[in-house]
Amino acid sequence: MSSDLEVPEPLPGPPPAPLPAVTPERVLAGLSLTVPVVAMLWVASYTKADPEAGGVPFFYWYQLLWVPVSAVFTTAAYLLVNRDEKARKAARAGGKR
Amino acid sequence: MNNGVNVTALAVFVLFFLLVTVMGFMASRWRKADNALHLDEWGLGGRSFGTWVTWFLLGGDLYTAYTFVAVPAAVYATGAAGFFAVPYTIIAYPLVFLFLPRLWSVSRVHGYVTPADFVRGRYGSKALSLVVALTGILATMPYIALQLVGIQAVLDVLGVGGGAGSNWFVKDLPLFIAFGVLAAYTYSSGLRAPALIAFVKDALIYIVIIVAVIYIPMRLGGYGHIFDTAAQKFSTPKSPGSLILAENKQWTYATLALGSALALFMYPHSVTGVLASKSRNTVRRNMAIMPAYSLMLGLLALLGFMAIAAGVGSGVKGFNAQLSVPQLFENMFPDWFTGVAFAAIGIGALVPAAIMSIAAANLFTRNVYKEFIRPDATAADETRVAKLASLLVKVGALAFVLTMDKQAAINLQLLGGLWILQTFVSIVGGLFTRWFHHWALFAGWAAGMVYGTYQAYGIASPATKHFGGSAANIPVIGEIGYIGLTAFVLNLAVAVVLTLVLRALKAPVGTDETDPDDYGAEAGDPKTQNAPVPAAAH
Repeated sequence: MSSDLEVPEPLPGPPPAPLPAVTPERVLAGLSLTVPVVAMLWVASYTKADPEAGGVPFFYWYQLLWVPVSAVFTTAAYLLVNRDEKARKAARAGGKR
Repeated sequence: MNNGVNVTALAVFVLFFLLVTVMGFMASRWRKADNALHLDEWGLGGRSFGTWVTWFLLGGDLYTAYTFVAVPAAVYATGAAGFFAVPYTIIAYPLVFLFLPRLWSVSRVHGYVTPADFVRGRYGSKALSLVVALTGILATMPYIALQLVGIQAVLDVLGVGGGAGSNWFVKDLPLFIAFGVLAAYTYSSGLRAPALIAFVKDALIYIVIIVAVIYIPMRLGGYGHIFDTAAQKFSTPKSPGSLILAENKQWTYATLALGSALALFMYPHSVTGVLASKSRNTVRRNMAIMPAYSLMLGLLALLGFMAIAAGVGSGVKGFNAQLSVPQLFENMFPDWFTGVAFAAIGIGALVPAAIMSIAAANLFTRNVYKEFIRPDATAADETRVAKLASLLVKVGALAFVLTMDKQAAINLQLLGGLWILQTFVSIVGGLFTRWFHHWALFAGWAAGMVYGTYQAYGIASPATKHFGGSAANIPVIGEIGYIGLTAFVLNLAVAVVLTLVLRALKAPVGTDETDPDDYGAEAGDPKTQNAPVPAAAH
């Protein structure tokens, strides 16, 4: 999932010092985005009626619960990617100097 | 069923309708731009929308009136299987988080208005761009028609849709008026109209859903009782559904969720909403806050069970499940609030219908008219043609609903999802790599379209002989799954194999006008400030 970003081709002239394509931020962001997808596609993990919550079978409340949980993961990915992009920008600016 | 006209509800409904009509016309003055004649202004709201406007716009765009009627209707009719809309919208945002920012950036740098513009620029192929554009228009038309079906459902329950006895003119007059007004303000205000009206639509929807999921269970004896009643209904031997997903339905459930999630942002109207935002970060931030709508959708789906518990449609022979939620509202709410709820659904149809017609018009103008008919068209010409095309698209949708049967619109919309998914490899593949050969992508698209349509043709349901569903046997795996996703895998396989062949033959690959840096450009970068005229313009 971290193949999200294409590696830029090396520019002619003195090479700036770009960050590697794989950074901890990108890996973590990729993982954060993978978790909700895997959880929802693993249907067998939630096709059951018990335990109920307030009269609502597990099948329904579990999936509804994943809506806010997925938002937390996506927000985490957003923050991580933002951090990564800032670091890249700084590295580029530094490289050009 | 109530056969009289619900006067109070109707009055509230009309009041809200008048309010949004005024807003629609005023919208042309909202954030008015210097160069009103450029297609970016009419067709993308000047590419100026910030996080919140985009959030309302996308919410108004993706969660349509038809969704509000059809999702609970599916739950009402089939139980757990209809709930797939929830995992679908949960996985959609993490998935698109990966590629939408890249699409935004490259479109901003090169001034692309439609996904087909991007395909044209990336692969330098007129043929591939044309099929992407036509697939988009084809998938959007029945979707617009279904918005009308949503309005019709509400009007029917209000008692102004006319019974079987009234003549066609009286029966369809309210629909004519609603659509005439919609066409007029979309024509004059462009994307700004639905963007502004979306605030009202979404606010109304949130209010109605929150009230519904608290108030209705109170009147029906709590969620426990609701689910018990539903369980009883689904436990009869002849019941087509089940309260908890049966084991042999799990593949269908997962593949429908995944396939629909992949297709969601291939729809031209979704892309329009994304490209109208003002920065790359606006797009990303929205992927994190869009789930608020998914939560609402999930709660809405539960209304299907409430309709069962409230006895809606029980004992009525051939009851139309599409009416279950409107009917539930009318049975449960005081009249004035029924009016509010119906206004929410009605306006919920107008917003996406406007955006869809704009998106289809943009596609026609940029990728058919300018590309093939008048390559020297100026920006002002484009805007004029797009405005006219938006009218034509709506007239077409109206004619469709009035002349063909409703089932045809539903069938075609199911097919539309399958079709639009076949543009995924060209668009998303192109956002990450130039490896694919454009003729291989073309062949993959064709294979997916033919296979998917053929498979869907063979499915019968009680309501229709062909195109009666979207799941069939997956070859090799041997489980029942979403045809669109199977077709997508076939599409991808054909594209990969043929690319290998064409590369071995050293076939010409066409020109790529994009640069790897374009895909990461943010608003304010020098790249986005002097966007060149796209290739299609030369």
